[in-house]
Amino acid sequence: MAEKELKTVFERPHALLPVVTNYCPGCTHGIVNRLVAECLDELDVEGRSVGVAPVGCSVMAYDFFGCDMIEAAHGRAPAVATAVKRVHPEGVVFAYQGDGDLASIGMAETIHAATRGEHITVIFINNAIYGMTGGQMAPTSLPNQVTQTSPYGRDVSAAGYPIRVCELLSSLDGVAYLERVTVDCPKNVRKAKKAIKKAFQNQVDGVGYSLVEVVSTCPTNWGMTPQEAFVWMRENMLPYYPLGVYKDVVAEGYANAAEAAAARAAACPMANPAPATEGGAR
Amino acid sequence: MKGNEALAEAALRAGCRFFFGYPITPQTELAAYMSKRMPKVGGTYLQAESEVAAINMVYGAAAAGARVMTSSSSPGISLKGEGISYMAGADLPGVIINVQRGGPGLGGIQPSQADYWQATRALGHGDFHVVVYAPSTVQEMADYAYGAFDVADKYRTPVMILADGMLGQMMEPVELPDPLDPADLPEKPWATSGHGHARAHNVVNSLYLTADALERLNVERYERYARIERDEQRAETFMTDDADIVAVAFGASARVARSAVVAAREQGIKAGLVRPITLWPFPVDAIEATVPSAKAYLSVEMSMGQMVDDVRLAVAGRRPVDFYGRTGGVIPTPAEVLGKLATMNEDLAKGGE
Repeated sequence: MAEKELKTVFERPHALLPVVTNYCPGCTHGIVNRLVAECLDELDVEGRSVGVAPVGCSVMAYDFFGCDMIEAAHGRAPAVATAVKRVHPEGVVFAYQGDGDLASIGMAETIHAATRGEHITVIFINNAIYGMTGGQMAPTSLPNQVTQTSPYGRDVSAAGYPIRVCELLSSLDGVAYLERVTVDCPKNVRKAKKAIKKAFQNQVDGVGYSLVEVVSTCPTNWGMTPQEAFVWMRENMLPYYPLGVYKDVVAEGYANAAEAAAARAAACPMANPAPATEGGAR
Repeated sequence: MKGNEALAEAALRAGCRFFFGYPITPQTELAAYMSKRMPKVGGTYLQAESEVAAINMVYGAAAAGARVMTSSSSPGISLKGEGISYMAGADLPGVIINVQRGGPGLGGIQPSQADYWQATRALGHGDFHVVVYAPSTVQEMADYAYGAFDVADKYRTPVMILADGMLGQMMEPVELPDPLDPADLPEKPWATSGHGHARAHNVVNSLYLTADALERLNVERYERYARIERDEQRAETFMTDDADIVAVAFGASARVARSAVVAAREQGIKAGLVRPITLWPFPVDAIEATVPSAKAYLSVEMSMGQMVDDVRLAVAGRRPVDFYGRTGGVIPTPAEVLGKLATMNEDLAKGGE
């Protein structure tokens, strides 16, 4: 029998270290960690990347990613990432955050990093619950969702409404790209990968702040099997958090977020001073 | 030059190219100076959304290997406590300026020294110290802000300059230190700047879920603190050789206390002054040197009495330790302090022979 040439068709991404993670069985963090690592490999940026891990279930992501990593205080990853990017503008800086971290305690940092148009990439895991602390109500917990701290279901008259992060950030001029994806099936995993890669490519190309929200599950704290969790997510979360692109300045025909912002404020002379005339303005 | 501006210019000359702050009185001139100068020297001035964000930007820039500074005043420093604790836990260098004002709460905007306990005891949660310098002239504002970056890098620790509204706003002539080029500063091999596939990945972190590992790190950090306590104490002594009463005062109140000591000497009262320049490590050696000849101590502060605790700890019951202070933004006068010294002197005379 003629020897067949062996071809590698699947392997661990280089940017993901060969370690056992602390994620629960059926958790989507593992998939998303891998997608991020694949993107770092494919863009060949691991060597100049610095990741910022949050407080939450992915708190130990600094042990999983092969690039340089920083563990931030709860909610502060965008502030930390901002400074790293300012110190190393040629670096590729990303924050990897959950819903409590990004949309509750760190909402100010999130909004201001976005409106400053920081050239960073944010990966946002929205699973509608605080996972690491044992299943408390999150800023993205659905109305009537039962959690440890909303035992009778989230009562919106008392606890208010969930925050839709992509929709909220889409009004900000510093933002270049926002997309909401999920990873419940191979087709959606491929879509998620495409979005995450674009969010990193935007940073490499200097397009502007990019965030990808991954609608995720938490089988452990939802009290479901992984498959049941995906069913619950599709039935309840996706109608509340519709998948899709919420902002993409490049698709709108602009080179970057700054150009899109200038066009939006075209009627404001202060924001768009006339270019100096030849020979110098007086 | 104004004290606040001297702090800023000295930091630039120390190679600091990253400043993250949030507006608050009375440190305003410092941030304004940085916002004017940083773009001209290729640095970053960033007005953060909050003090919390600003100190976490300091954390990020320090992790990335840069010389970095933030400045604030008392209420803002309380907000920075989180980030300072994380910096200590991750062994990150950085310089934090506190131009103190009266408290607690929103307090006032007049000069104060009521953040002594906060600076030396409780800048955040956990077992840690930061090195604290207390300049008392505009020249010292420049000198210690400049040196703070070296100390921060040497020991991988946050360093605080504890000034106050009086020193910040005061104008005095100042000789500025020579400028350093940030490019000439030593590499930080632990920094998260991208491994370039040339080394294992660096991690900046303060999380240790194994109790033994966390205890060991704290013990190692305290070994470093012991070296700081041994090598970095700074104090100035004035007329203490034959002093019966040794006043102890730092920063702005040391200027007042010094005037009172001079006036006391004119009245024949043998007074002297120990002026701690480092508040942590507290200059116990300078205090110790005065114990054999001193009969009593007087801590003079712009607070209800905070440093007096450290004076008592250093004197360890061997001599009486008294306190005189004004607070809430009121600055004690030399006459008030002189009055206190005179009363103490009379008491010594009565109790003595």
